[in-house]
Amino acid sequence: MKQEIIISGFGGQGVLSMGKILAYSALMEGREVSWFPAYGPEQRGGTANVSVIIGDERISSPIVSTFDTAIILNQPSLQRFEHCIKPNGTLIYDPYGISTPPTRTDIHIYRINAMDVAAEMDNVKAFNMIVLGALLKVTPIVALENVVKALRKTLPERHHHLIPLNEEALHKGMESVTSVHQP
Amino acid sequence: MQQPQETMLLKGNEAIALAAIRCGCDGFFGYPITPQSEILETLCKEKPWETTGMTVLQAESELASINMVYAGGATGKKVMTSSSSPGVALMQEGITYMAGAEIPGVIVNVQRGGPGLGTIQPSQADYFQSTRGGGNGDYEVIVLAPSSVQEMADFIGLAFELAFRYRNPALILSDGVIGQMMEKVVLPPQQPRLTEAEIAQRYPWAATGRSKNRGSNYFTSLELHPEAQEKHNLHLQEKYARIRKNEVRYEEYQCEDATYLIVAFGSAARMAQKAIEDLRKKGIRAGMLRPITLWPFPSERIAQLSTQVKGILCTEINAGQMVQDIRLAVEGRTPVFHYGRLGGMVPTPDEIENALTEMIDNFSNENHE
Repeated sequence: MKQEIIISGFGGQGVLSMGKILAYSALMEGREVSWFPAYGPEQRGGTANVSVIIGDERISSPIVSTFDTAIILNQPSLQRFEHCIKPNGTLIYDPYGISTPPTRTDIHIYRINAMDVAAEMDNVKAFNMIVLGALLKVTPIVALENVVKALRKTLPERHHHLIPLNEEALHKGMESVTSVHQP
Repeated sequence: MQQPQETMLLKGNEAIALAAIRCGCDGFFGYPITPQSEILETLCKEKPWETTGMTVLQAESELASINMVYAGGATGKKVMTSSSSPGVALMQEGITYMAGAEIPGVIVNVQRGGPGLGTIQPSQADYFQSTRGGGNGDYEVIVLAPSSVQEMADFIGLAFELAFRYRNPALILSDGVIGQMMEKVVLPPQQPRLTEAEIAQRYPWAATGRSKNRGSNYFTSLELHPEAQEKHNLHLQEKYARIRKNEVRYEEYQCEDATYLIVAFGSAARMAQKAIEDLRKKGIRAGMLRPITLWPFPSERIAQLSTQVKGILCTEINAGQMVQDIRLAVEGRTPVFHYGRLGGMVPTPDEIENALTEMIDNFSNENHE
């Protein structure tokens, strides 16, 4: 099954690295994958986004206009991508950055209070792994153990002591995600 | 010992840098510019000067970079530079000098939108710059257009091979999509750099120092006697004819039964392929020819296919540049249309699908161009 995913939020939230870890996890499973970032000037303080496509056959276009799953972490991203989710697709969002919640009724909508959970963990840097945990719970695209392997692969060795913390964040994300709307 | 063939996940730009080291490149000279700065960045991180002995230098400008390539190539070294559109514009003088003096070297252009400084987003608007030359005189540059991260890695070795086989600059024309995206790649195995003795033996034309066995090797594109300059030009033209005969490369996708043909190169071919996947699901027999060498251009194959199809759609991330070469190849045998986005906007597969559907509708309305 091919999964076309968009992850979008503020620059600095770890959007690109979340996508990278997801892509590496797919690589660990021997699957086909493409990762394409928005690399424009808007990354500084504005919206950052990345498209990750995971499939069993070679990915033709790394750029698509509709997505199976959207992870939305701020209001501008919701405005830009809510209408790009395929009918019956999935939207996961953190209400912390959202003033006007999603309105679509033909998609699966989930909420992850990742900012709050990160604050409870007293580690804002765990934010993106909490969100990734939520994604894995809702759409198990890749196995959790491969995400941990991917962390080991992508993090420089001097940061490997942080892997248990990241694992904890993934688990918290999986526990904390809640359903908001089902079509 | 042979290294195992590890599948890696890399950005196109990273693949260029790592493949350059692997293929025994002697020197890289470049100046940073988005969206290709990771090439120089990756090389600096890898420190190949400590392993293979490859030189990596951030030059003071693009002009300096290309002239360092001119000098390095003249000594028979595998040297390269990389930049993005406006930077490559600055290099055009050096490139025509290299062509004139018959100096091999590799130039990578990770294109961004223009004209002028333009934008940092992806574009393919340097097709003319690459295949027509921004430099002066009757010269050609071998142009390879990678459409995947794997090809970014593979084409470095190929570009050097062609550049040295024909003593001519070779250019890799990529863009911000392929440069910035990550996908799976297997890097070529590590080749040793050539020794001075190997260079002197393989390239008797190279400036490798004085020798009792031959006269001086010197490099210039200047020849003030028109008779001699014409003779030199005829020699170049003979060489270009050989390249046209031997080095055309392209890939076909679902062309066997195609009624409609898309011609696209580089990243646009990726979007076009997805459009074809979707069109085929709707029963529309579309196929694609993807030129891999933009010069020499696969004119002959396009001419053949033009007799098989009802129409050709050229999709490029520009206002219509390669479409001219297609029209020259097709010679009016079938209608040729163009679809593109400009200034850093990238066409989506949906847009390409719509463009082809529109073309087909035009046919059914007998509303030919």
